[in-house]
Amino acid sequence: MPAVSKGDGMRGLAVFISDIRNCKSKEAEIKRINKELANIRSKFKGDKALDGYSKKKYVCKLLFIFLLGHDIDFGHMEAVNLLSSNKYTEKQIGYLFISVLVNSTSELIRLINNGVKNDLTSRNPTFMCLALHCIANVGSREMGEAFAADIPRILVAGDSMDSVKQSAALCLLRLYKASPDLVPMGEWTARVVHLLNDQHMGVVTAAVSLITCLCKKNPEDFKTCVSLAVSRLSRIVSSASTDLQDYTYYFVPAPWLSVKLLRLLQCYAPPEDAAVKGRLVECLETVLNKAQEPPKSKKVQHSNAKNAVLFETISLIIHYDSEPNLLVRACNQLGQFLQHRETNLRYLALESMCTLASSEFSHEAVKTHIDTVINALKTERDVSVRQRAADLLYAMCDRSNAKQIVSEMLRYLETADYAIREEIVLKVAILAEKYAVDYSWYVDTILNLIRIAGDYVSEEVWYRVLQIVTNRDDVQGYAAKTVFEALQAPACHENMVKVGGYILGEFGNLIAGDPRSSPPVQFSLLHSKFHLCSVATRALLLSTYIKFINLFPETKATIQAVLRAGSQLRNADVELQQRAVEYLTLSSIASTDVLATVLEEMPPFPERESSILAKLKRKKGPGAASTLDDGRREPGPGGDVNGGVEPAPSTGSTPSPSADLLGLRAAPPPAAPPAPPSAGSLLVDVFSDSPTGGPPSLGPSPEEAFLSPAAEDPGIPIPEADELLHKFVCKNSGVLFENALLQIGVKSEFRQNLGRMYLFYGNKTSVQFQNFCPTVTHPGDLQSQLVVQTKRVPGQVDGGAQVQQVLNIECLRDFLTPPLLTVRFRYGGAPQALTLKLPVTINKFFQPTEMAAQAFFQRWKQLSLPQQEAQKIFQANHPMDSEVTKAKPCWTTWTQTQRTMWVLGSCRPKPCRWAACCGSSPTPRPRCTA
Amino acid sequence: MMRFMLLFSRQGKLRLQKWYLAMSDKERKKMVRELMQVVLARKPKMCSFLEWRDLKVVYKRYASLYFCCAIEGQDNELITLELIHRYVELLDKYFGSVCELDIIFNFEKAYFILDEFLMGGDVQDTSKKSVLKAIEQADLLQEEDESPRSVLEEMGLA
Repeated sequence: MPAVSKGDGMRGLAVFISDIRNCKSKEAEIKRINKELANIRSKFKGDKALDGYSKKKYVCKLLFIFLLGHDIDFGHMEAVNLLSSNKYTEKQIGYLFISVLVNSTSELIRLINNGVKNDLTSRNPTFMCLALHCIANVGSREMGEAFAADIPRILVAGDSMDSVKQSAALCLLRLYKASPDLVPMGEWTARVVHLLNDQHMGVVTAAVSLITCLCKKNPEDFKTCVSLAVSRLSRIVSSASTDLQDYTYYFVPAPWLSVKLLRLLQCYAPPEDAAVKGRLVECLETVLNKAQEPPKSKKVQHSNAKNAVLFETISLIIHYDSEPNLLVRACNQLGQFLQHRETNLRYLALESMCTLASSEFSHEAVKTHIDTVINALKTERDVSVRQRAADLLYAMCDRSNAKQIVSEMLRYLETADYAIREEIVLKVAILAEKYAVDYSWYVDTILNLIRIAGDYVSEEVWYRVLQIVTNRDDVQGYAAKTVFEALQAPACHENMVKVGGYILGEFGNLIAGDPRSSPPVQFSLLHSKFHLCSVATRALLLSTYIKFINLFPETKATIQAVLRAGSQLRNADVELQQRAVEYLTLSSIASTDVLATVLEEMPPFPERESSILAKLKRKKGPGAASTLDDGRREPGPGGDVNGGVEPAPSTGSTPSPSADLLGLRAAPPPAAPPAPPSAGSLLVDVFSDSPTGGPPSLGPSPEEAFLSPAAEDPGIPIPEADELLHKFVCKNSGVLFENALLQIGVKSEFRQNLGRMYLFYGNKTSVQFQNFCPTVTHPGDLQSQLVVQTKRVPGQVDGGAQVQQVLNIECLRDFLTPPLLTVRFRYGGAPQALTLKLPVTINKFFQPTEMAAQAFFQRWKQLSLPQQEAQKIFQANHPMDSEVTKAKPCWTTWTQTQRTMWVLGSCRPKPCRWAACCGSSPTPRPRCTA
Repeated sequence: MMRFMLLFSRQGKLRLQKWYLAMSDKERKKMVRELMQVVLARKPKMCSFLEWRDLKVVYKRYASLYFCCAIEGQDNELITLELIHRYVELLDKYFGSVCELDIIFNFEKAYFILDEFLMGGDVQDTSKKSVLKAIEQADLLQEEDESPRSVLEEMGLA
């Protein structure tokens, strides 16, 4: 191996570099560089033609100067000359200069392209590789236009050298990424896929990258790559550590290729072919097994390469999200890494677990590591690892552990790095809101946030707490009391003053009865902070004062005196001055009634997506937002991943930061704000797969008008109730009912004998519904068969708004009739009522059991009593889609001597085959076989 | 896909930069400055990965030199770490116990080796032998190039 000969080709360059290194100061260096630049310039401009060697030397010097951080604005022509040279070393330096320094000035590109074209057609593999590298390095559109058609040909040509093929594959990849439209698809694509079978591992390595990119745009064209990739992967993972010779890296066979193949497979769904899938699952298991084997080397390179493959394998398992066994194994493996001594592994394990937390199969398994993760948050010395731990806690949070996680995050916040405080604040705010069972906990949490990290509590967060308090009357008194106490601290954050000012202005009356927080005390407490606050906060406080005059007439004199003070009336800030003047006048001339009307309590905020969530997504950048959105595939109660949009947010949105928030509205809106124009679509958006719904009737039907809202009788279900019910036999979400006034959406999830259903009542009009009251009744025997617990909903539904009701359902015995849902409300004074059948049918509580035909008939034959057996052959009403039946058995019921029997759709591939099944004696969990 | 690779010293001197995505000089300089600051501020036992802007950064220090790669969100961090190591091995094999000075004085060679190994931000060949063979061949061409001046033309055409 030559050792020192490399530099001596250009002694002048080495001397120059030494000179630069010997410079004692920055100034000396710049002086030396300028001298050299002048020298090179004069040489290039000189009359005497430079020989190739000198050109090469000077171009190299320019490159070096560029690397030192100086701008280079000449020498390009000389570089182009060099790359057109026939001498390899000159060509190489020419290409290097272009690849490091090229500015795609069109004239130059044309000249470069000429040289590149010559080399591409030279049939000299070394030259061809240089040219391909240059195209890949520059990758500009002009280059793409000139060469995109040639490169596929070079790639699949039978006589191309392996090294040329490798370069061509990657060059094409680069061009395709830069301008996909320029790369023509054609017969070469099939041949590219077959490069996966190439004998040369280097060619395969390069080709996999290309295919991974191409197949994303044309998955069908490249579908055959899946089985090829699987067999290649399988050969690699099962090979002994020395089989692949130079492609074995520290006893790990072809780790780069393995990782790339696993990445390619992540572009596709699990293979349909059972043999391919079997082979792949075997590979994945082998990788997981190998992770448990003792290491073949103590070198960190060995474990890194091995774990690189392992992590990519886990990514694939998560991508498939269909093999519970593998998911849980992956989770256990990552759990081991959480306590590994290598920081890198702990970091990656935390990161990878974040995605595992969003799979329904592994969410619970991830949750078991909560203590380790909390410990990591407290003890990791590296902020980036702590950040991952916080992310994971956020991802694994659900109703069961929300309080613990929120309190740990709050504790962490006290010592957290400044860089991540705001993000933690946002996360805590979201989790606290999302999983708040009692809203006093929520209020406490947010006030704690302000106390601990007030500077990092953004507007969105404190707006949000005000909205929630305004919209929920059960927490207003508590909120008023708590902020009052918080404000008593000798030093409190300005955000606390804002929240306190707003809440006391709206709800201070709720605590005014206590002499310790009597109106004058409240006022003087707030006013004691006034002078320390910014203009915006003072403006808010002024609004609070005028509200106080309305709420507590006894404070009028004091407050008027404050407003009248010269420091307010003649304040240099125009906003403060205007408020002081207007409020003073208002309080002096308006009658009590007018004042009460003007300063009426704020109406509830309309419901929209949490603005905090939007902010977090913005903050994390587009990439992270998408991972947040990748929710669990089947969102259910408490099971939807954090960060996803809730089916219906339970609270309001951010008001515009202007006057609205400050209660400055001249008068409250007449009855309710007009419906936002998008209200209709907003409601429908909740259910992406919603059917078109029943034909909307124009106003209440005659039957409905008869039903008195006061009657306890649930009433007769509307005529189309059965039809509506049948739509939901095989699905769990959609629009249950819709007419001109009201839309009722449903979203439900069932597990074993328990279910949870969300009902969304959307007011389609612009007028508020009053006395809104949905009730659930159990006709007949249903009382003893099914328990439905409902949560109260607010009595008013504003125009365009949507309210959500949660139903917890427990099946005690088998049942035939569904429970009834009666919705009563007043619309413009006229009572409205309608009764629907709630889409709860016995099949929701079925659990499918796979059973071989033999076992089934054996069971079937054991049923000897006459009433245990019945058979009915009937025509299917709808064509059976095997996919649908597989997921949700289609059924019909009939009774026979107190026993219920179901016929289930066959789960077998042939849709025409049906198997009868028997319902055994009624149990809390009726199990059926098919 | 790798976005760029930087080699810089503990003193914050840039020794090599390779960009796989078109970007203005100004933007490049800004990114280099920013990233160097972030990486140099990290302590020895910290993890080799960090999130930076919308990219993942993988870095490792060899003696006085930091090797630093920026990769995209879905790329594998550990294999990138080993990619750095393989590059260091290639340099080491070529220069014979490589040190920062070798890279300063022979930066063009460091580029050539990198180009044989990576292309367009993707691994071209992971075999140490193939990469070194390619470089050796080039060196051979170079030596033949430079000795007998009279036959230069023929050699170039060969």
